[in-house]
Amino acid sequence: MAKATASASQRLILWLLLAPALLWLFGLILLPHLDLALLSLRERTGPGEYAFGLAQYRTFFTEPLYWDVFVRTATISLIATALTLLLAFPIAWTIAKLTRGRLSTLLFAVCLIPFWVSETVRTLGWMILLRETGVIPGLLVTLGITEVPIEMLYRDPTILVGLVYTSLLFMVVPLYGSLESLDDSLIEAAYDLGGNGWTVLRTVVIPHASPGITAGCIVVFMLTLGNYLTASLLGGKNSLWFTEQIYTQFITRFNWEQGAAFGFLLLLLSSVMVWTGLRLSGQRFSDVMSRT
Amino acid sequence: MTTFDLEAKALSKRFATHTAVDALSFGVERGSFFSILGPSGCGKTTLLRMVAGFIEPDGGDVEIGGRSMCGVPPNRRPVNMVFQQLALFPMMSVGENVAYGLARRGVARADRERKAAEMLDRVGLPGLAAKRVDQLSGGQRQRVAIARSLVLKPTLLLLDEPLGALDLKLRERMKIELKQLQAAFGTTFVYITHDQSEALVLSDRVAVMNSGRFEQVGTPQELYYSPATPFVAGFVGANNRIDGQVSAIDGDLVEIRSAAGWTVKARRHGTLKPGDAATIFVRPEVAVLGRSTADLALAEPAAVHQGTVESLLFDGANSAVLLREQASRCEFRVALPQTGRYADLKVNEPVFFSFAADRAVCFGVGSSHG
Amino acid sequence: MIPSLPRPLWLRAATIFFVLGFLVLLFMPLVTVAVFAFNDAPYPAPPWQGFTLDWFTGNEAHGRTGLFSDEELLGSILISMLVATWVTVLSVTIGTTNAFLMERMSFRGQGVLALLMLVPLVIPGVILGISILAFASRVADLLGNLMGWEAEFLRPGLPLVVLGQVSYIIAISTLTISARLKRFDRTLEEAACNLGASRLAVLGTIVLPYLRPALIGSAAIAFLMSFENFNTTLMLVGADSPLTVMMYGRMRDGATPVLNAVSVFLMVASAAIALALMRGDRRDAQRS
Repeated sequence: MAKATASASQRLILWLLLAPALLWLFGLILLPHLDLALLSLRERTGPGEYAFGLAQYRTFFTEPLYWDVFVRTATISLIATALTLLLAFPIAWTIAKLTRGRLSTLLFAVCLIPFWVSETVRTLGWMILLRETGVIPGLLVTLGITEVPIEMLYRDPTILVGLVYTSLLFMVVPLYGSLESLDDSLIEAAYDLGGNGWTVLRTVVIPHASPGITAGCIVVFMLTLGNYLTASLLGGKNSLWFTEQIYTQFITRFNWEQGAAFGFLLLLLSSVMVWTGLRLSGQRFSDVMSRT
Repeated sequence: MTTFDLEAKALSKRFATHTAVDALSFGVERGSFFSILGPSGCGKTTLLRMVAGFIEPDGGDVEIGGRSMCGVPPNRRPVNMVFQQLALFPMMSVGENVAYGLARRGVARADRERKAAEMLDRVGLPGLAAKRVDQLSGGQRQRVAIARSLVLKPTLLLLDEPLGALDLKLRERMKIELKQLQAAFGTTFVYITHDQSEALVLSDRVAVMNSGRFEQVGTPQELYYSPATPFVAGFVGANNRIDGQVSAIDGDLVEIRSAAGWTVKARRHGTLKPGDAATIFVRPEVAVLGRSTADLALAEPAAVHQGTVESLLFDGANSAVLLREQASRCEFRVALPQTGRYADLKVNEPVFFSFAADRAVCFGVGSSHG
Repeated sequence: MIPSLPRPLWLRAATIFFVLGFLVLLFMPLVTVAVFAFNDAPYPAPPWQGFTLDWFTGNEAHGRTGLFSDEELLGSILISMLVATWVTVLSVTIGTTNAFLMERMSFRGQGVLALLMLVPLVIPGVILGISILAFASRVADLLGNLMGWEAEFLRPGLPLVVLGQVSYIIAISTLTISARLKRFDRTLEEAACNLGASRLAVLGTIVLPYLRPALIGSAAIAFLMSFENFNTTLMLVGADSPLTVMMYGRMRDGATPVLNAVSVFLMVASAAIALALMRGDRRDAQRS
């Protein structure tokens, strides 16, 4: 009798805890995405009339602009991810291994603080720095490197700078975490056994840091791919970033079916990349995510 | 008639693969210090947790202060517990830790602060109420954990190997303090441990537990000098163990012959007949040592054995010498006299040793409850 | 590579140079934004024309609209705070129930649920935004057709913005709070119970105080993330623009340094929150 009521109250608690979780996951994640999928597969056959069809996806493949922007977005995101890794690794290494105690904590904090500030503010900074009337073109003229101020905005390298800058935090933190847990004596042992800097990096450090590297790359790639602010402000008004295409379809043209299809393609690309990253490094999704 | 503060009646608990507690019945007298001694996995923790109410027994009943605890949740039992890792609340001060139980009973703040301070005085930690738990030393934390329980004036205080986490020196000191605390408060203590020295030093009575059952319940002296089972003989204190077959019986004494051909006499425990497999236990301090038979200075006639020194185990007052019996090459440990005599023994030196047969005990093999 | 091994001088110099360069890169945009908030010029651009506080205190009479008299901008800050407050309350509450659900309960499908809870973190924010936008509209249409009820809150607007942001911020607070709950020593609960505490008292006096740092931390993170969110918000806003959307609009059109002024405020506020959190973390680490 006592046992029966105990398990009944246990069940009640379980359901009370389960309710918000299910409401969240179904109401805000699963059902909306299911709906998005259905929406993307809907063809407008006449005013107010719809049928099931692949018209939106056909448009994507037949209209070179969409396809080009898609490939461009993916390529730049990949390059940005690689650059972020190259830039963040030495910094994470310095914080984790070359500095000790207070200096290390301070350096870590200093590296993190800019990222607590809104991306909007940071992008505003880059705009002031890079635009034709901005700080850096002016500086270049003063130094005599260029004769007239050059417009540095709306160029691919500029977008890359902005994207890498925005993503650094998400690379430094997981890298730092995985490098910090690497025991110094392992590196010493590898040296002692005849390794040199390069082989030790390749055979000891990178395998150990691999979960952190994977986590960082996945998150950075995902964020870059889905970036809107930096891409549209530093990249100009001609909508050459895929999220801008989605926005245009959804909000400007009110063509939700097409926007939904684009959204799904982006989601697909990001999922494929996440999956490939996990496969390549032999990591598990839940392990990787818990590091970020 | 004695009053029991804790009485277990056919208490059982089985887990998927084994029986942790096997129909145990026992009583703990009011105001006594009762220890449950056993190797890890013997079921003593399960037993303690059933008394505290954290585990529901499969069968039987626990009575505390004469009241059945069947269906009483752990927070309503007149029992408090000192946990193995102490489980002091890190987010509270020492004073708040001690006053925690009082607060749960709805005692007013001023009142419980006063009581907590008094209790801290009594356990020798005056004025530490405002400290954080992590500012205390290991021994001080120990006393806070005890104070936190005793301030509730429980019928019974359970202690789950509370000294296990301390280093050796501190453990020795805390043993004495625990005993003094128990005497001062007069609360019934039930103490579980795998350390026989803790159990022997602290307790009025000790239960030796093995595989979910009590092998023997008695005073520390009874356990040490008259073990009831081979398990108790082997577990409590150091013992030499000689396995063999009964070759002769002479009243209370039996003679056994080991496989390697060593013949030894001992006091009989239970019924034995010639040819039975049997085991003899001889404590190292029961045997005497000499360079010649004359050195042995035997008060009454006893068998004299010959051996050679295998190694010298110097450990201050607990020093011993490990011998090999000459004929059988059996190992045998003899305590060295406190006088320092024989401290100069050399390895391979031939020696004589002997022990009174009635101070060694012989169990038939398989007679675990003889 | 590490201090205990010999490192050539050039490598040490290069390391220091690299780190310094990195820090300059890191702070350059922020410093630029801050500096031009005080430049006495109508646009945030060089050259330096002298120091002024016009972009904070100026009003129509001056001919320059400073932050404190820019009703539109101040209004959007208030909107952002309102949204962020709701998001914080919802995320921390649901994050806490999720933590208990995942750490304290065991039920069939728990593994799948745990995995599902991480999914929002790898969905681009824009897509979270459009999917919720489309789904909410469909539900609103359905309600309108079936019951004749016009569910206004399901149309683009602040309630949808809150839902959109919450959809992934819950995942973050769940992770933060679960991580701390996982490290909780359950014998503390038994000890409290043994000292006479009921289940509710154990929760209130032991478990929640233990979780407090994680609750505060995840609340601060939720608030900041909501305040700074752009991608999801952009897809779901109605007539009222939160600060990031407002700033974005003005940045595209070329704005006066009043944006720099508001940025200075944001920087000071975020830095203060970040420092407070880091200090709290350290103290917490020392204690345990």
